Amino acid sequence: MKYIDEYRDERIAHGLAAEIRRVVTRPCVLMEICGGQTHTIMHYGLDELLPREVELVHGPGCPVCVTPLETIDKAIELAMRPDVTLVSYGDMLRVPGSSSDLFRAKANGSDVRVVYSPLEALKIARSNPNRKVIFLAIGFETTAPANATAVWQAHREGLSNFYMLASHVLVPPAIRLLLRSSDNRVQGFIAPGHVCTVMGCQQYEELVSEFQVPIVVGGFEPVDLLEAILMLVRQLEQEHAKLENQYVRSVTRLGNVPAQEMLEKVFEVADQKWRGIGLIPLSGLRLRPEFSEHDAERVFGMAEIHVEEPAECISALVLKGLKKPTVCSAFATRCTPESPLGAPMVSAEGACAAYYRYRRHKALA
Amino acid sequence: MCLAIPGKVLEISESKGLRTGRVNFGGIVSHTCLDYVPGVEVGDYVIVHVGFAISKVDRAEAERTYQALESMGLLQDELPAAMTEDLEKSP
Repeated sequence: MKYIDEYRDERIAHGLAAEIRRVVTRPCVLMEICGGQTHTIMHYGLDELLPREVELVHGPGCPVCVTPLETIDKAIELAMRPDVTLVSYGDMLRVPGSSSDLFRAKANGSDVRVVYSPLEALKIARSNPNRKVIFLAIGFETTAPANATAVWQAHREGLSNFYMLASHVLVPPAIRLLLRSSDNRVQGFIAPGHVCTVMGCQQYEELVSEFQVPIVVGGFEPVDLLEAILMLVRQLEQEHAKLENQYVRSVTRLGNVPAQEMLEKVFEVADQKWRGIGLIPLSGLRLRPEFSEHDAERVFGMAEIHVEEPAECISALVLKGLKKPTVCSAFATRCTPESPLGAPMVSAEGACAAYYRYRRHKALA
Repeated sequence: MCLAIPGKVLEISESKGLRTGRVNFGGIVSHTCLDYVPGVEVGDYVIVHVGFAISKVDRAEAERTYQALESMGLLQDELPAAMTEDLEKSP
């Protein structure tokens, strides 16, 4: 496929790795934020191409993983109501709440359906006027505009049986939390290319100047990531802290303005709990009061619940880049993708799941 | 989850007040909302996430970057020779 195959070119990838080896003189810890990037790194073994000075740690950027246990529990509770059709992205069905998951709810007779796009959720609501169609909408800034359009469109069409149970997370507050933490090890970030496609680079300029940390906006193919790593290594070697954009074929400084305007119309910034991390102030998006008739939490009067996460799970340390998944005592034994204890094992894009899939044999050897 | 892939716009129409396109992803054609990329025309490449185009691929930038990368990839072929030379120079 055009604009994909070229960026998987092995020759170029090896050329970039050779250049990184040539440039690097001192140890550095770099973090890719996005779970999609983590997946590419592990899938293609990019970490193994890098010189030993460059350590990659993996950030909290998997929205499936960081969706709070409480939200999953609420979705299951709603799905069990006889007049409700619960709709979500495929990745969400296997995510365990505190005692069950949506897949099991479906097996037990609940009407749970998978959609690829929020517009399909609208279609289900249109063709089932007697059902209450609740869309469990999750995502970072990449997905939030599509989710916003679904609410906007439902409002415009007077589709009164469409509701949203939302768990949206924002990247910059999470980076800020990591950088403010006294035990932070990360010296440079690969910012998520598709989040920046929507939001633009500007938000990251603020982080660079506030913390004097190099940030490179990176794409998702092997060549993209190796080039982003090279750009970060060059900055660190020259003791620079700049914002650079590797993913120029998609990301501009201002980002996608129509998408940002839709976000602004439908959502407002709010405090948000992240599974594995806890509450991060002003790191989420909730529906504005104008759309309260589509807000599942308000309409269905969901009580606030609080669920404790398993004590053995070290996901908070993994998500902050302080520990590698393989050092966890539960890794690949009491915690597997089939039966995850915590956030990063939950979805294929979580760091623990990626290590389980691509490095398990090595880790256990 | 933030997976988004490039596809070529084949046709543009309107559906329920939303600008919609038929987009070809390496042979698979899918309906895509084009509301967030108002300037896109038939023949353009867009990057699509959960059924929404979130950007138009900047062809000039893509080609320029790729050419720069390719020249770096070719350097690698010359690398062993360069390294041998260095080794010979060192005492």
